[in-house]
Amino acid sequence: MTLDFFIQNFINAMQWGSFLALIAVGYTLVYGVLLLINFAHGDIFMVGAYTGYFIGTFLTNNFEIKLPFDLPGWVVIPVTIVATMFITALVGVAIERIAYRPLRNRGAHRLYLVITALMFGLLLEYGNLALLGASDRQFPNLFDKIIYSIGGITVTNIKIYVILLSFLIMGILWWIVQKTRWGMAMRAISYDRLAVPLMGISVDQIILFTFVLGSSMAALAGIMYGTAFPILRFNMGMLVGWQAFIAAVVGGIGSIRGAMVGGYILGFTQIFVAAFLPSTYRDLIAFVVLLLILAIKPTGLFGVPRRTKV
Amino acid sequence: MKIKMLFSIVSVLLVTAFFASACAAGGGDTIKIGINAEITGDKPKVGEQSKFAAEMYVKEINDAGGIDVGGKSYKLELVIEDNNATAEGAAGAANKLISQNNILAMVGPNPSNAAVPAGEVANNLETPMISPWSTNPNTTLNRPWVFRAPFLDPFQGPVVANFATKQFNVTSACVLFDIASDYPKGLADNFKTAWEKLHGAGSVLQFESFTTGDQDFSAQLTSIKSSGCEVLFTPQYYQEVPLIVSQAKDLGMDIPIMGSDSWGDPQLLALCGNDCEGAFFSTHYVANGATGATKDFIDKYNAAHGYIPGDVAALTWDSMMIVTQAIKNCGTITGNLTEDRTCIRDGMASIEDFDGITGNMTFDEQGDPIKCAVIVQIQNGEFIAFDQACP
Repeated sequence: MTLDFFIQNFINAMQWGSFLALIAVGYTLVYGVLLLINFAHGDIFMVGAYTGYFIGTFLTNNFEIKLPFDLPGWVVIPVTIVATMFITALVGVAIERIAYRPLRNRGAHRLYLVITALMFGLLLEYGNLALLGASDRQFPNLFDKIIYSIGGITVTNIKIYVILLSFLIMGILWWIVQKTRWGMAMRAISYDRLAVPLMGISVDQIILFTFVLGSSMAALAGIMYGTAFPILRFNMGMLVGWQAFIAAVVGGIGSIRGAMVGGYILGFTQIFVAAFLPSTYRDLIAFVVLLLILAIKPTGLFGVPRRTKV
Repeated sequence: MKIKMLFSIVSVLLVTAFFASACAAGGGDTIKIGINAEITGDKPKVGEQSKFAAEMYVKEINDAGGIDVGGKSYKLELVIEDNNATAEGAAGAANKLISQNNILAMVGPNPSNAAVPAGEVANNLETPMISPWSTNPNTTLNRPWVFRAPFLDPFQGPVVANFATKQFNVTSACVLFDIASDYPKGLADNFKTAWEKLHGAGSVLQFESFTTGDQDFSAQLTSIKSSGCEVLFTPQYYQEVPLIVSQAKDLGMDIPIMGSDSWGDPQLLALCGNDCEGAFFSTHYVANGATGATKDFIDKYNAAHGYIPGDVAALTWDSMMIVTQAIKNCGTITGNLTEDRTCIRDGMASIEDFDGITGNMTFDEQGDPIKCAVIVQIQNGEFIAFDQACP
């Protein structure tokens, strides 16, 4: 195996790992605050991709309803990204309002919230199937694809964007959670939800903020995913979502750094197993590795064990 | 009191059920044909075209007064069941159509992963089935009740291998296929055998696989690229082909990519865009430049549904014609399910030199037709006939 081959697969793995990390961070954010595994997150990612599809197709004048003029690329890209993040954040907040908050206010056990989340994910998925039909859709070309060849290695600009963006987002999220007052409130809620309101902080507002943050990250991931893999399908969120969820658990659910490391570990094992062994071994070996990590460190790589106070 | 009421309700239900079933079995002068199609699942366009073509056919026959069997006129009635494009769904739909809806013959399922298990059900329940689109040998193998309209993969594999050798003047090939699906796996194996027969053992440099639902093929394509093979064969469906082709280009691969009859779907052109330009694949029929009955069918379909039908629509049309021909060959409809099904099966097996819109065919003893394949090139976003290969 040559060095080129290794570096090429390294780049492939970076892209795939970035996607897993971007989605995993959404699971982690919500878990960090609510101790709720938001199983609907993969489907919020799907909603993000579809919203991006509709806005992008509309703005690039490929939709049934036409704009009277053509927009330049530097307008289309930011408008698509911001509008998609906004709409997807609304969907995330709506789910919190409709499904989770009523249960939480009645003091339901966390298990019921998890099942509600699972149900809501399926609702989004099959709602999409019923409304938009089962046909696959092609994501619009937002970025002009440029292919760079250096020696035997080939990279597209999209791959570079995906990798840089995921690092940037992880950095911003880490900064928000660790350095801002909102982030401090988020962390405080996960320690003691009863004491936080006594300090004059609205728990509901912070939870809402968390969902806005998580869902807009899912929207961004959806747009980047659609750009890299331009075929959209109603169940795309479930397939990628559960892999990202496992990545989040391995990294230590609740930790942003953990989600990122978990995403890259899973991405790298999957790509490198497929590169050197028959691809049938890919998920088998990838998940055995993850199982081993969990066996050695049950709280995940960066997870902190929680003690129940008596 | 309560027991009495329950009893009366049950008896009313039983009587209704009896009359309903009597009506269904007696059915007057209609012949029921089951459609086992992929309405939902990952190949909805396949099921949609199959359903539309069957409905068009039945409407045409019934508007003309039905079919004449032994001096008596019968109308056709379709019973459509969704199989979700899965093995379990297809077997379930076949069971329901045969045991509950009392159909006389079943058309579908289309993809091999669904047609192989449904064929097992139809064969066990002794009901004639014809798959319009399944090219995997196992669908009809040792199943006297199961037939098909397309050619087989052991024929298609060599066709692609011969064409690629001649057209690109190459000696080494790579294959990328879905190992968890019957059709791509079977065809990949057939292609490999055919290629190695032509160019010697080891001339297929990479035989890479993935599993259904994968969207990232970069690792497999990197291996294929670094192996230095001169042509890539990928017998996949329209939802994977655009991803494979565009990711291959992203990795800087410039070798020709070839496909098989599963590419021949209008959806592929919509999803793949420029990336598939110039690619070749083998298939059953081409809409572009069609003449005679084939052109009539395409025009009618396009007028009714607003797009050019793919091969699966044309093959469903032929399958419906074959079923009708089999009923006519049979000669009498007695109303006894077992007798009628046997009679239609025999009628189907005896079809010779059938002139369909996808070509001439005669069934061999396995229930497989002997017919020609077309090589298609994608030019300016259209399927254009390039070459023909006959057995």
